[in-house]
Amino acid sequence: MTHVAFAIAFRTLKKSFTNLSFLLPSLMFPLIFFVGFAGALSRVDQVPGFDYAPGYETFQFAFVLLQSAAMAGVFTGFGIAQDFERGFARRLMIAAPRRSGIVIGYSLATIVRWLLNTSFVFALGLLMGMDVLGGPTDLAALLALGLTVNVIGTLWAAGVALRLRSTQAGPIMQFPIFLLIFLAPVFVPLGLLTGWIRSVASVNPFTAFLEGARSLLAGSTETVAVAFGIAIPLALLFALWSFTGLRAAERG
Amino acid sequence: MTTLRQIAVLGRRAFMRSIRQPGQLAFALVFPLFFLFVIASGLDRASALPGFPADSYVDFMFAIPFVHGALFTALNSAIELGRDIDTGFLNRLALTPARGVAIMLGNLAGGVALVLIQFAIYFVGGTLLGADFHAGLLGIPVLFALAAMGALAIGAVSMMVALRTGSPEAVQGIFPLFFVALFLSSMNMPRNLIQTDWFRWIATLNPVSYLIEGLRSLVVVGWNLQALATGFAITSACVAVSLYFSAGAFRARLTRT
Repeated sequence: MTHVAFAIAFRTLKKSFTNLSFLLPSLMFPLIFFVGFAGALSRVDQVPGFDYAPGYETFQFAFVLLQSAAMAGVFTGFGIAQDFERGFARRLMIAAPRRSGIVIGYSLATIVRWLLNTSFVFALGLLMGMDVLGGPTDLAALLALGLTVNVIGTLWAAGVALRLRSTQAGPIMQFPIFLLIFLAPVFVPLGLLTGWIRSVASVNPFTAFLEGARSLLAGSTETVAVAFGIAIPLALLFALWSFTGLRAAERG
Repeated sequence: MTTLRQIAVLGRRAFMRSIRQPGQLAFALVFPLFFLFVIASGLDRASALPGFPADSYVDFMFAIPFVHGALFTALNSAIELGRDIDTGFLNRLALTPARGVAIMLGNLAGGVALVLIQFAIYFVGGTLLGADFHAGLLGIPVLFALAAMGALAIGAVSMMVALRTGSPEAVQGIFPLFFVALFLSSMNMPRNLIQTDWFRWIATLNPVSYLIEGLRSLVVVGWNLQALATGFAITSACVAVSLYFSAGAFRARLTRT
């Protein structure tokens, strides 16, 4: 299984890093969101009731970190669907002795890609004057939270791709994640949201992830347990979703 | 057949081809309204900032779906042109009496016809979300005209890329650049309220800011002739320059083939 996982991860990474049309969108979108939101909206931290100590750049960095983690998984789903359309995945399933290694391999590649993207955004954030009040332990926990969200995104998209095996399933992979991401307190804290979006954001799991990440960047552990308490069971649930998807693809 | 008739025939073809792709059409309709919906709700409190020009953030963002729609549809039209080059259709068309200018403008006209329908849907959608359009009934055609100029500008730049490269993928590849231009503009905040100096400079140099500000002025102010004149002047200049270079690329492509 390990051999299969590493082989898939190597192939996916090679394909990602040697093809600009794969590399650029996944790298550029987090950067655009970060620069666009943190740069244009920095005055939002003067809105009455906005009390996030590290500042607006850090507030937005938490969003971009988790957004890119989840969306990196979606890009992997596109890749899996494309592999099915081109017939590569069928040959792979015949060749692989333990097929669960296929899903693990795609997940590993996504993690590496996301870590690279996040490093760029983090470096840009520091250049833009982002203030990080959390210590090394907080940052390690933040990374673990990001990785868990990344795995959730990958396993969700992989489950869809393995069931539908077509790039036309792209919107099904993308849109629910997009909805969850933007129906969360992206621009202001939950307490400052009003109306229907506050009600939706209050029950949105992505809100818990965002609040956990923002706490860690501010050097606090408040709401972090809630974030992991939701993220880990979700990751397990979507592992089941993707492996049953793999079974569906085997029957397929 | 007159040139105008040729433009109409080729425009109709471009229009029909676009509406036969419901996936792309649905995305171009749904995404801009969804974006307006979530951003306006999420940033509603920003309208409380001192000096914010609109009564609500939904008023302030009302113009953005028009720019998003113009971007998606104009780019899709250029991707189709790239596909026509890729499949050899353009070469076959060049053997007919169709004039070059009709081939280029026909493709743009099809895209513009489609965005005008989309604009009507965005207008109704934005109004249902609570936006208050200050320019009144007369302002609606001006809003549509300026947004259509924006679509023409984006379409002309994309067409230039399609003609130079002959590849739909290359045209698709410039989407992130337009997206960057959109995000590095006064889309989310008026320029005078952008706190980050370098961002404000980029937004000031970015022509997209002036398109957005012209459109936005109709919603939040009513009639601001300076914002409208600047918006029309800058988008017209972009259209003219891009068409000039597109014409050169078109001649070069036909010479090569």
